[in-house]
Amino acid sequence: MAERVTIFVDGRPIAAERGATVAAAMLSAGIRAFRHSVSGEPRAPLCGMGICFECRVTIGGEPHRRGCQTLCQDGLEVSTT
Amino acid sequence: MNHSADVVIAGGGIVGAACAYECARAGLSVTVIEGAIIGGGASAAGMGHIVVMDDSEAQFNLTLLSQQLWSERVAEMTDGVEHLPCGTLWVAADEEEMAEVRRKRAFYSQRGVPVEMLDSRQLAEAEPHLRPDLAGGLLVPGDSVVYPPVAARWLLDRCGARVLTGVPIATLDDNGATLEDGSRVSGGVIVNALGAKAARLMPSIPVTPRKGHLVITDRYPGFLRHQLVELGYLKSAHSAGADSIAFNVQPRRTGQVLIGSSRQFGADHKGIDQPILSRMLRRAAEYMPRIGSLIAIRAWTGFRAATPDHLPLIGPMPGASRLWLATGHEGLGVTTALATGRLIADQITGRSSPIDAAPYLPARCIHG
Repeated sequence: MAERVTIFVDGRPIAAERGATVAAAMLSAGIRAFRHSVSGEPRAPLCGMGICFECRVTIGGEPHRRGCQTLCQDGLEVSTT
Repeated sequence: MNHSADVVIAGGGIVGAACAYECARAGLSVTVIEGAIIGGGASAAGMGHIVVMDDSEAQFNLTLLSQQLWSERVAEMTDGVEHLPCGTLWVAADEEEMAEVRRKRAFYSQRGVPVEMLDSRQLAEAEPHLRPDLAGGLLVPGDSVVYPPVAARWLLDRCGARVLTGVPIATLDDNGATLEDGSRVSGGVIVNALGAKAARLMPSIPVTPRKGHLVITDRYPGFLRHQLVELGYLKSAHSAGADSIAFNVQPRRTGQVLIGSSRQFGADHKGIDQPILSRMLRRAAEYMPRIGSLIAIRAWTGFRAATPDHLPLIGPMPGASRLWLATGHEGLGVTTALATGRLIADQITGRSSPIDAAPYLPARCIHG
């Protein structure tokens, strides 16, 4: 059985498997808006393989990280704003 | 379709648009001919800075007048002009460049332009992402940046000039322009404001294209606060021969970071020159180590209209009776566009100008 870790999305704890992508963990937790476009539209992953950049979130204070290319580690801080 | 107007302006970049604006405000009917799209040439490939410069008295007078005109206009302009009063911070890497900071401070102060000298610690506080061992800098708080294509569009919309786009000009003569579709636009005065392409239709104009590269990043609000220019810039900008690069970055109102700059003569294709682009980005990372971690979303190029003496050509074309020039602005076309429009309109209508127009007259280097 895979090890469980907890990441924090906008301060909310989300359980995930270590090694899952941040995008997968967020989608599993029912999060549908990863960020908002310049015109205010909600955005979420489209390709899931690092190409479309729609899954960008702030991870560990660093903006524009791709959720689908970042693996979950215990205590990871993610922000969608 | 044939048209006629008091003033026919060839070129719908920021300079042509500013000439149209001032001529129309002086009561003249104006037609602008743009072969591609408004503000789509060097106006879209420059950094959009409005800066007071000190390379010569003539350059200082033109940039200062133009900055004053920009500050009068910019409040009326549409939000899309993205005016950002960020100031320019000239960055000194070492003591030799600090001597240049002191020289610049004296120059600006003597002429009434507010400036502030920063030591190494103050520079680090002003721009935390600069590398820590820099010597200091000179802040020129009155400088700003805009998005020039939208400003060009605004100037044309506001002044009510007739604008013809999409068909390039085949020939220019003393009575007007013939377009590539055979149509004719005639005018009382013809102004060549074609930027780096000005000499294609008038080969005796000493304007040569000087290519530049730009990179823009995704949105990182707060990463950068001021326009930053390395003081080594002056050495590279004025080395007439070899290709050169310099550290010049700007915050945009969107939170994006615009990264320049490069200068090349003899590069006539629009594609990216990878070795130059790499040198330019390495230079930026030398000054701002973290800049390499930002996501770049676009790189592109454009062509400055360079003259042998680094001053623009504004005024009548020697040897012609009704042809005028408004070109050769090199890397300062956005800054100096509004003053150029004013000088052109003043000369055409016989009004006096706020500054002496003589240093920019084409007759200084073109002999009819």
